[in-house]
Amino acid sequence: MPEKKVLLSLRGLHKTFDTQEAVAGIDLEVYEGEFITLLGPSGCGKTTTLRIIAGLEMPSSGSVFLDGKDITRLAPEKREVNTVFQNYALFPHMNVYKNIAYGLTLRGVDKNIIKQKVDEMLDLTQLKGYEKRMPSQLSGGQRQRVAIARSLILSPKLLLLDEPLGALDLQLRRQMQQELKQMQRTLGITFIYITHDQEEAITMSDRIALMRAGRFVQLDTPRGLYEQPRTAFAASFIGETNLLTATAQAAKDDEVLLDIAGFTLPCTCTDWVTPGEKLLLSLRAERLHLSKTPVPVPCCRVTGELVHTQYAGGERLSVVSLPDGQTLRVRTSTETDQDLAPGATVYCWWNQESGVLVRDDREEA
Amino acid sequence: MAKAALGRHQTSRQPMALPMVLYAALFVGLSLLYIIGLSLMTRGADFTAGAPYGLHNYERIVSPLYLRSLLQSLRLAFFTALFCLALGYPFAYFMAKASSRARTWLMMLLIVPFWTNALIRIYGWKILLSTTGPLNQMFLSLGLIEKPIRMLYTDFAVQVGMIYAMIPFMVLPVYSAVERMDWAMVEASRDLGASPFRAFLTVTLPMTLPGVLAGLVLTFIPSIGLFFISDLLGGSNTMLWGNMVHNELLKSRDLPFASALSVVLLTLTGLVILVYRRMGGKADSMVF
Repeated sequence: MPEKKVLLSLRGLHKTFDTQEAVAGIDLEVYEGEFITLLGPSGCGKTTTLRIIAGLEMPSSGSVFLDGKDITRLAPEKREVNTVFQNYALFPHMNVYKNIAYGLTLRGVDKNIIKQKVDEMLDLTQLKGYEKRMPSQLSGGQRQRVAIARSLILSPKLLLLDEPLGALDLQLRRQMQQELKQMQRTLGITFIYITHDQEEAITMSDRIALMRAGRFVQLDTPRGLYEQPRTAFAASFIGETNLLTATAQAAKDDEVLLDIAGFTLPCTCTDWVTPGEKLLLSLRAERLHLSKTPVPVPCCRVTGELVHTQYAGGERLSVVSLPDGQTLRVRTSTETDQDLAPGATVYCWWNQESGVLVRDDREEA
Repeated sequence: MAKAALGRHQTSRQPMALPMVLYAALFVGLSLLYIIGLSLMTRGADFTAGAPYGLHNYERIVSPLYLRSLLQSLRLAFFTALFCLALGYPFAYFMAKASSRARTWLMMLLIVPFWTNALIRIYGWKILLSTTGPLNQMFLSLGLIEKPIRMLYTDFAVQVGMIYAMIPFMVLPVYSAVERMDWAMVEASRDLGASPFRAFLTVTLPMTLPGVLAGLVLTFIPSIGLFFISDLLGGSNTMLWGNMVHNELLKSRDLPFASALSVVLLTLTGLVILVYRRMGGKADSMVF
């Protein structure tokens, strides 16, 4: 990868509404051409962060740098940043053409150039023939495209997208995800994308900032976030995971032996762990394997009682209860489906690298 | 299925509308017909009307005297609507954007005078504008003028009184339009490069235009017919259409001719509303 240039940096960003701290200390560097997603449950401060970058909200403290320049106090109209709003915010009294041309018209660009640029945008967003339509005469997907075209026509350095696909149905959503990603690649514009849909974040982003209560829980690549979650919240927000309470027995080098429900299990660990310490192990449901017989014999294996099992087409969902009462949810492929019945004793095993030790932040707000 | 549901919906609406139609026919339609009928008659003794029938009352209206009065009324109503807009829009805008506490107070300021008799309030203006009134006193003591200016009994006084009386009818529809605004649109316009002023001109103003149109109609139409303001504050040469009707009815006791004058006023009103509808105005913009 060529040398990465920092386009946007957020430094110690805080925003307090009345007594509520919406953004509680955010630091972020966004590289040029990057697709970065702010992911988190509603009310986690992702929209506020985006509005601070757009200039629609002033931070209580901290600063925003775009291209090395401090833009913290700059009015929104003076920033080379554009936003695709959550409910599109198309101008209801202007047709599609005028909506798209709006930014250029304000800048007093020559009419012929505007026409040419709008045509380019209509092509890009597949809206040819809809120029004369009013926003109220468009479908959700078309409105979405107008909102995107209206922003992209200004060739912003940075495009902010606030849950742009939130109002669309699933099928259209999937299609628009691909189109958006395609557009972002072709135009090379940096995207900061907001969503609460973890699947959307995983499939589209270069990096994901997982947020909770105004802070970043983890800033990582989709793979990093999925494979190496650092906290229980990160592990359970993305995908389906089992969080098992474990006690550390002995640690050597980068491995620790864990006691889970009486089983001794090795686990990779880079942090310092003292014997007797309570730890939390995250195990993805689909990284677990089940069998009625003890073969094969890997190093990470537990035995338990199958309490529930259900065929669900491509996969089978099973729940295994361990001797100490903790349960494991297991998703196995039905391609190698076995004849399993509740009540049976089963062996559940996984590869050592599938087990990730996470910090327990479940009690934190 | 959908069609059946729609059909049921429609039939269920009609009986609901029937009382409204009857009400309108009885109280609006019949009285209108009565006035139109009267306007075609001739004045009789003791406030009566009868034969001969014809258009003679209307022929009488087509004269320089009435034309001058009509133009004067229209001009006054036009400027009333215009000044109400210029003064009322900012008020309505800030009221809609104010905190709910401040909003309650501003609304009170607007509504409370309505609980006082309009005549009494106009008498207040009479005192305010008179040569010995507070305004002249103030100007004199400030040294702005050397001797009192005559403000009362001028067209200026009538104009001020009209604006004063009509301004709530501009503020209320504009307020309700601004209040319903989706401010995300303004943010979007700022985001796309508009200064606060450009955002107002290109987004807020067009989006609140229904309220502005409603306000213009609601201030313009009554202004043509108002007679007591020009009676109290106007000079002897201020003869508005409303005064004409008033005089013919109560002084000359010419019921048919007063009716003809009213029919002209009604036709004008109808035309204004027609233009309003043409411009896309809706009746519900006038409900606030």
